Amino acid sequence: MATSEVKLLGAWPSPFVLRARIALNIKSVDYEFLQETFQPKSQLLLQSNPVYKKIPVLIHQDKPICESLIIVQYVDDVWSSNGPSILPLDPYDRAIARFWATYVDDKLFPAMKSIAGAKGEEERKRLIKEVEEGLALLEDAFKKITTKGNNNYSFFGGDQIGYLDIAFGSLLGWLRVTEITNGVKLFDQVKTPGLVNSAESFSSHGAVKDVMPETHKLLEFAKTLMPKLAHTN
Amino acid sequence: MGSQKEEVKLLSFVCSPVCRRVEWGLRLKGVDYEYIEEDIFNKSNLLLQLNPLHKKVPVLVHANKPIAESLVILEYVDETWNHQYPLLPQHPYERALTRFWIKFADEKVMYGGYVAMISSGDEQEKKVNEVREGMEKLEELIKGKRFFGGDKVGFLDIALGWITYLLPVWEEVGCMKILEAEKCPAISAWVNNILSHPVFKDCLPPKEELLAYNHRRRKHFNPALYN
Repeated sequence: MATSEVKLLGAWPSPFVLRARIALNIKSVDYEFLQETFQPKSQLLLQSNPVYKKIPVLIHQDKPICESLIIVQYVDDVWSSNGPSILPLDPYDRAIARFWATYVDDKLFPAMKSIAGAKGEEERKRLIKEVEEGLALLEDAFKKITTKGNNNYSFFGGDQIGYLDIAFGSLLGWLRVTEITNGVKLFDQVKTPGLVNSAESFSSHGAVKDVMPETHKLLEFAKTLMPKLAHTN
Repeated sequence: MGSQKEEVKLLSFVCSPVCRRVEWGLRLKGVDYEYIEEDIFNKSNLLLQLNPLHKKVPVLVHANKPIAESLVILEYVDETWNHQYPLLPQHPYERALTRFWIKFADEKVMYGGYVAMISSGDEQEKKVNEVREGMEKLEELIKGKRFFGGDKVGFLDIALGWITYLLPVWEEVGCMKILEAEKCPAISAWVNNILSHPVFKDCLPPKEELLAYNHRRRKHFNPALYN
């Protein structure tokens, strides 16, 4: 498939863009990465995602696909004969993966993002507790999923990284940035050993390691956002 | 994999639009299910057991395994009973578009509409305008089509079906107008197509119950309006 047939419009710090990149890598799809400039948003972004004007946008055969998890499922669907399946094969396992990915996006990630902009110590503590509880629940799910049928898999997806690994793993960098900038330990070997071990394997996985931004670079980037974050709702 | 012949139960709440969606999906696919009504103000041990994380309906139980979140349930149902009446389109791009528009509609129109219903004054007006903008995007989407799924009802029709029977209730309870026939003639026609469709018209909750429940919610968030 010609490189120009598949384009990904994105930005290196975005965990959502990272999801799309990992999915494309798993399927060995050649693509052109277009760095979005922002300030102002590019014509391509405004044209290809007029509804949300957000990245990532996958452009395949000139057709845009938006929303990171929708992109991941699309990639899995289109390149179904390339490499391992991203979503599990069994419908029930797929439902479980989708359920937890929805949880990560609807509850866990928003709570994590809000910590920096929390108004007052009470709200900060409440949000931190929410993230800790969320990670504990995810750890529980990890144990159940990876030990099903007397197995002991490294990933939610089994031996290979899958949908839920991508959904959660893409946030690891920002999770670490949240820990550093707020002086709090959210993700540790004692409380969430399964997730921590899996995270290490995830980060060094062939489809991930070259596209996952280094934490120190994210930290530098976060510092440029911080003053703004403190003043937004 | 749960076989198509194994028992299906649905934990539901009569006034919930997201529960209703699942019922329509099951009926379109001809799947028999046991309906279990849940009192959401007095949650049963069964619900707390089956959906410990969110403690919410709907929950589908198939071959004794629970699945929560209406859209996750519908994709599961579509994949498990895959030989009958496909809900999602076959083409990957169409599937991606369907999922995109459901997400958009749930956030901007359904959640937005609910917030508008429980609000008042300037806050409500602002929300109503946002929801109307969302509705106009859906209008563009359905122009020239009988259903969002084309000639036949599909996933998006099921997901948006709440507009046909619940939006009028919200408009009445919230004293607001969101769907205007002159601005959205295609959606208005679609509403009639859905309400006369055999699966939908025989599976609608009683209006009185919807009015009572939604007034209760509005009163809860905005007690001053009811004194």
